[in-house]
Amino acid sequence: MSTDPGDRLPGLVAEFLRRHDPAGDRLGFLRARFDAGLAWVHYPVGSGGLAAPRHLQPLVDDEFARVGAPDNRPRRNGIGLGMVAPTLLRHGTTAQRDRLLRPLWTGEDIWCQLFSEPDAGSDLAGLTTRAVRDGGDWVVNGQKVWTSLAHRARWGILLARTATDVGKHQGITCFVCDMTAPGVQVRPLRQLTGEAEFNEVFLTDVRLPDDLRLGGVGEGWRVARTTLMNERVAIGGAPAPREGGLIGLVARTWRDRPELRTAGRHDELVRLWVRAEAARLAALRLRQQLATGEPGPEGSAVKLAFAELAQRISGFEVELLGEAGLRHDDWTMRRPAETDLLTRTATHRYLRARGNSIEGGSSEILRNIIAERVLGLPVEPRSDR
Amino acid sequence: MTNLRYDDTEEALRANLRAMLATHSPWTAVLARVAGTEEPYDRDLWDRLTGELGLGALAVPAELGGAGAGFREVAVVLEELGRAVAPVPYLGSVLATRALLSCDDPDLLGQLATENRGIALAVPFSAAPGVPVHPVAVWDGSALYGTVTTVADALAADLLLVPATDGLYVAQARAPGVAVAPVVSLDATRPLCDIVFAHAPARRIAGPDATARALTDALTAGAALLASEQVGVAQWCLDTTVGYLRERRQFGRPVGSFQALKHRLADVWVEITEARAVARYAADCLATGDPDTELAAALAQAHCAAVAVHAAQECVQLHGGIGFTWEHPAHLYLKRAKSAALAFGSADRHRSTVARLVDLPAPTPSVSG
Ligand SMILES: Cc1cc2nc3c(=O)[nH]c(=O)nc-3n(C[C@H](O)[C@H](O)[C@H](O)COP(=O)(O)OP(=O)(O)OC[C@H]3O[C@@H](n4cnc5c(N)ncnc54)[C@H](O)[C@@H]3O)c2cc1C
Repeated sequence: MSTDPGDRLPGLVAEFLRRHDPAGDRLGFLRARFDAGLAWVHYPVGSGGLAAPRHLQPLVDDEFARVGAPDNRPRRNGIGLGMVAPTLLRHGTTAQRDRLLRPLWTGEDIWCQLFSEPDAGSDLAGLTTRAVRDGGDWVVNGQKVWTSLAHRARWGILLARTATDVGKHQGITCFVCDMTAPGVQVRPLRQLTGEAEFNEVFLTDVRLPDDLRLGGVGEGWRVARTTLMNERVAIGGAPAPREGGLIGLVARTWRDRPELRTAGRHDELVRLWVRAEAARLAALRLRQQLATGEPGPEGSAVKLAFAELAQRISGFEVELLGEAGLRHDDWTMRRPAETDLLTRTATHRYLRARGNSIEGGSSEILRNIIAERVLGLPVEPRSDR
Repeated sequence: MTNLRYDDTEEALRANLRAMLATHSPWTAVLARVAGTEEPYDRDLWDRLTGELGLGALAVPAELGGAGAGFREVAVVLEELGRAVAPVPYLGSVLATRALLSCDDPDLLGQLATENRGIALAVPFSAAPGVPVHPVAVWDGSALYGTVTTVADALAADLLLVPATDGLYVAQARAPGVAVAPVVSLDATRPLCDIVFAHAPARRIAGPDATARALTDALTAGAALLASEQVGVAQWCLDTTVGYLRERRQFGRPVGSFQALKHRLADVWVEITEARAVARYAADCLATGDPDTELAAALAQAHCAAVAVHAAQECVQLHGGIGFTWEHPAHLYLKRAKSAALAFGSADRHRSTVARLVDLPAPTPSVSG
């Protein structure tokens, strides 16, 4: 029998599908898929994977999609799937992985990211939420903000200060926060789209047992870096076919509505199409490189380019629509279950895209990171260290 | 599936070539040549590349005596030659090879591969794929007549491929009846020339249909592969500027610590990251005969040309006064980048091709009374 996992996988998937009905119980199917190691094939056995090479994942996903198997709806749990899972894999204990990964992957547990604070955004290491040891527990006090999905989340990945007498990057520890614990209060924070995707989170004497600590005491910054690197890849590098993103919507409008066409718009549209395709190919190349390791700095490039492009395309779309671009669908405050830009109005896309260059590291911060860590340019003189 | 990465063979080829270029064609040598010799090409370097590394035959199939390596490798070579603004007629020879591959003339290809003969396609460097090339010459039954202007990489060629009214001809570049005259080129590292055929002996190797196909294939390959050269040019500009800004001090600190400059260079890096993916896609499509090749080539020139120009302009600007001198190599890259932006058609023309291929029609002019 072949030992090449690439040869073995299709057989394993076929075998799995023989024993589990894709049309049957959704959750049961997803759980079984995880247990069979067919969730993330590159994860270790027992953690949803088979320790296979990462680039084989699409093969498995395509096969499941082809038979119409239920998916785990990545848009519902983007933070969990895109950022928390790789962080748990890298820094979590076996017990933590066993407990947390399966319901994360199946979508039973939604996750949120409790990093930003009112006074610590770009300068995240300036956070002041405190965690103090009390016997076998930690007691957490502080406030987090702009926390996407906190209102649905079962768990949050939390950064808190555990020491103040050391450098600001050294005194931070990472925890898994139980969002159902007493003292966790979530308040909607309405954003300029009218929706409330994100929240303020108040943490008052929240007790977290030490087995929810992720990584060593004082090593939170290292853990957070794994999360942030993956965040950039997750935001910018989602796999898409040609015209799979916003550009596809605009292209379709262009094809369907000749009366909207002008020479100037044509030029602009084709420029955007070319840029969108370049960004897509760069994301594809990034994924091919990722097949052999951890996300590299290219993740920042892809995220930065994605944000700018989304803003330009959505801005163009509103103008292209003319009169219709003046009308919005609904300003009622809602708590969207999924962030799917493609099903809303152009005006919504335009407004939501303003957040793309802020969330997950602003474009300015990403340029700093690229300049300093990739290009090796000197850091700016600072007064806080 | 499309492979946008570099494989190990390609990396090895790159390392070899980069080392050879560093030794035999440092920018000081390129600059000295541009500044004052009558010989625009570095013949020694070209002999080494074709002789020692066999580059001339890289894309010629192995069964005809070539290396049979394919266009992904050719693209890597172009990247490195771009990085060094090496004055060798490699791109022209690749173009001619591609035309011959479409004409099915195994003898000539074999000869090229084994005898290291220089060959160039006699069309203007600005000729774009998809736009009909006017035949540059007529065949009167015994010889060629006609003029072709602004041809790249023909000064060093022994053989010329000449599109004429009734087919494609191959002529000896130094035969009586062929006059090759250098012109003053924006990019002196890729010298151009005008060619006049006045009763030039030639041999016909393809009929009109095959000629049209060969020209389209060659120009498409040119557009696709030039993108890799542009990535190499841009990368050199970025690396050199970063190096300079780390050292250069003003206002008591390295200039490179100013955020306004860091962000500009970060943007160039992002552009290059995208351009590299686009260039690899074009090379891969070309190498595998992917049906998407025409689009990939148009995309490559619609995108990568401007990236190289931008990187070179930033290189000049951020070097300050030194960047504006003749002694500094930045201008070699600026001239290479800007003239390459016109080669095989402008970005605007390629955007029209993209629009046609992906069905984004231009507005129909409204008829008003
Ligand atoms: C839609 C959305 C969802 C979010 N979801 C989450 C979430 O789930 N969890 C979470 O923890 N956070 C979340 N955030 C918060 C986000 O990570 C922060 O908003 C972001 O890091 C910026 O921090 P800030 O808002 O404090 O801005 P500031 O850091 O105060 O920045 C203000 C401005 O100054 C610029 N700036 C700051 N420092 C520099 C510098 N050194 N050089 C140049 N310019 C600089 C910034 O780019 C920005 O333009 C979300 C934000 C948005 C918009």
